[in-house]
Amino acid sequence: MPDTEARHVVEIGYGGNERLVMNMGPQHPSAHGVFRAILTLEGETVVAVDAVIGYLHRCHEKLAETLTYVQYPSIASKTDYVSAMTAELAYVASVEKVGKIDVPRRAQYLRVLMAELQRIASHCLWLGTWCMDMGGALGGGATIFLYAIRERELVLDLFEALTGARLLYGFHQIGGVRYDPPAGWAERCRQTVDLIERRVAEYESMLEGNAFFLVRTQGVGVVSRELALDLGVCGPLIRGSGVAYDVRRAEPYSSYQDFQFTVPVETAGDCFARYRVRMVEFRESIKIVRQVLDGLPEGPISSRPGVKSVGQVRIPKGEGYTRVEGARGELGCYVVADGGAKPYRLKWRGASFCNLAVLPHIIPGHKVADVVAIMGSVDPVFGEVDR
Amino acid sequence: MPPFVYHALVGFIVLNAVIGMVTYVTLLERKFAARMQSRIGPYYVGPHGLLQPIADAIKLMMKEDIVPNLADRWVYNLAPLVFLIPCILIFATIPFAPGLGVADLNIGVLFFLAVSSLEIVGLFMGGWGSNNKYALLSAMRAVNQIISYDLPFIFAALVPVVLAGSLKMSVIVDAQHGLWFVGAWYGLGLLAFLAFLVATLAAENRVPFDILEAESELVAGFRVEYSGMKFSLIMLGEYAHMVGTSFLGALLFLGGWLGPGPEWLGPIWFLLKALFVFLVVTWVRWSFVRIRVDQILAISWKLLLPFTLLLLMVTAYLVARSAGGA
Repeated sequence: MPDTEARHVVEIGYGGNERLVMNMGPQHPSAHGVFRAILTLEGETVVAVDAVIGYLHRCHEKLAETLTYVQYPSIASKTDYVSAMTAELAYVASVEKVGKIDVPRRAQYLRVLMAELQRIASHCLWLGTWCMDMGGALGGGATIFLYAIRERELVLDLFEALTGARLLYGFHQIGGVRYDPPAGWAERCRQTVDLIERRVAEYESMLEGNAFFLVRTQGVGVVSRELALDLGVCGPLIRGSGVAYDVRRAEPYSSYQDFQFTVPVETAGDCFARYRVRMVEFRESIKIVRQVLDGLPEGPISSRPGVKSVGQVRIPKGEGYTRVEGARGELGCYVVADGGAKPYRLKWRGASFCNLAVLPHIIPGHKVADVVAIMGSVDPVFGEVDR
Repeated sequence: MPPFVYHALVGFIVLNAVIGMVTYVTLLERKFAARMQSRIGPYYVGPHGLLQPIADAIKLMMKEDIVPNLADRWVYNLAPLVFLIPCILIFATIPFAPGLGVADLNIGVLFFLAVSSLEIVGLFMGGWGSNNKYALLSAMRAVNQIISYDLPFIFAALVPVVLAGSLKMSVIVDAQHGLWFVGAWYGLGLLAFLAFLVATLAAENRVPFDILEAESELVAGFRVEYSGMKFSLIMLGEYAHMVGTSFLGALLFLGGWLGPGPEWLGPIWFLLKALFVFLVVTWVRWSFVRIRVDQILAISWKLLLPFTLLLLMVTAYLVARSAGGA
């Protein structure tokens, strides 16, 4: 017989109840190697959660100091690899602010177009993975996952036709964008968003007509308005808690003031509210995409000529912070320039990182099964959390 | 031929037929799920992926058999067998056509229900013996869920028994000449069939009731530590249980081997009906999300159990009245 000392998995808690400390992650199907939640359980109920991050830390901020302004945009996309376009945008917008570089209107519109297409793609992935967390890789969740991935592929195909890449694009550059849409691309884009609009309605009827989906999401993981404001959460998370805060509206960047869209707000603050916010955002993004395609101005796509060497772009001394509304919320980039070809210091404000702070506040009291539903509804991308 | 040789021979044939069928049912499910998800499914091993289950079985046999250091070896190693035997044994009482089966007991349905609820012992042994927290939690859930769903399962299965007035499977089928029990008593049979299907889903641990496995929470639940042949024995048991219950559903509610055409078509009709039940269960599995353990228990105790109990009582009353009693 093996020694008996190590066989005790059950700890006796001070409350007289038997407690079990269970690691969810990093080696776990829902944490896939990048996140660890140390759960303290009483039976099935979680009484405490300790979130451990840092498994995907790649020294992004230090890396940015060693790469030039020309090189880094395509690396910036690796912070949030699920919506790479927005991460690139945050970086170049920040550098342009420090360097006081103008961006042509056509480039601004193209940036908006990409950001919104990226939001659609990112929400597709979120919907699929979230449902898979709740519904099982061997169940209905996988069905939704594959449907959502099918639509995400269409958007990635558009990106591929434009930039040649499917996940990490290098589309943005200081002073504009790098690629102009080829002939026929706009028509293809319209067809794609038309299709996705129909499919989103399909998902809604599949999920909201399903009582099991509703009981798993309604009233689960409630983030109150006060808690949301105290913790500084952002994106669909804060809009699901009744705060109409959207950077695109609060501080328009890249010509967002030209477009008509509504900022969806739900007041319940539960997983279902966050789901509803994202489903409406699908439609709002599609609306913006159509407006951009209708009103795309002619003209240059970059205010700077193409570079011949990577050290050619120099930014005068100064510092600046820019924030954009990514798929997960407010993504900020703070750049300190010292007059050279590389930033002196760079700091990311990741939306997922701030949103993740809400977990220890809302998970205790829920069942183990709700942990994955709540985690999924927060939609963290760990590349952005750890950077 | 001495009778025990004959019985051993029949048992051997049925056992192998069951194992072969269970293997191919996995392919059917994978193809069906793939079509639902706009995929193709297994395709490369053999024509249209027809040899895929065999490749899977060979792969599982070649895998390393891992026993965790701190596992309770006896319990851990015995669990797959304890789980598998009742799942295979349930086929013993199913007649596939008049006189074609291992044993058409006069308490057939009772035997089936009793044996199929034994699988919980194997589940719990696997969860406990692995000495793994995920497995332990899963074993706890298993006891909760299977005990609460066995009752509605039994009550729903007893409705046809009351209608036929016998626990013997062949008598139940014979009583369905003219009208299958699913259509009996103006929807009463249909309700019982639906309740049977829901309880079946839960008893088989399939989504939306697959909280035992719950791979996004408990990785793989009670079988997280199993590998190689022991894992495949557990899978075999699960699918055998599923197929067996599908046969029971087809037999109790869909008229078993009754159907148009000559008598030798009977087993084929029976097989098709069982596959129909299996595919309905699969269809549900691939379109729902999993529900929580407390919600599962609430559905059973607050909804399904009173409902099936009432159904059984109403059926019994109607049968007694039409028989001239009461």
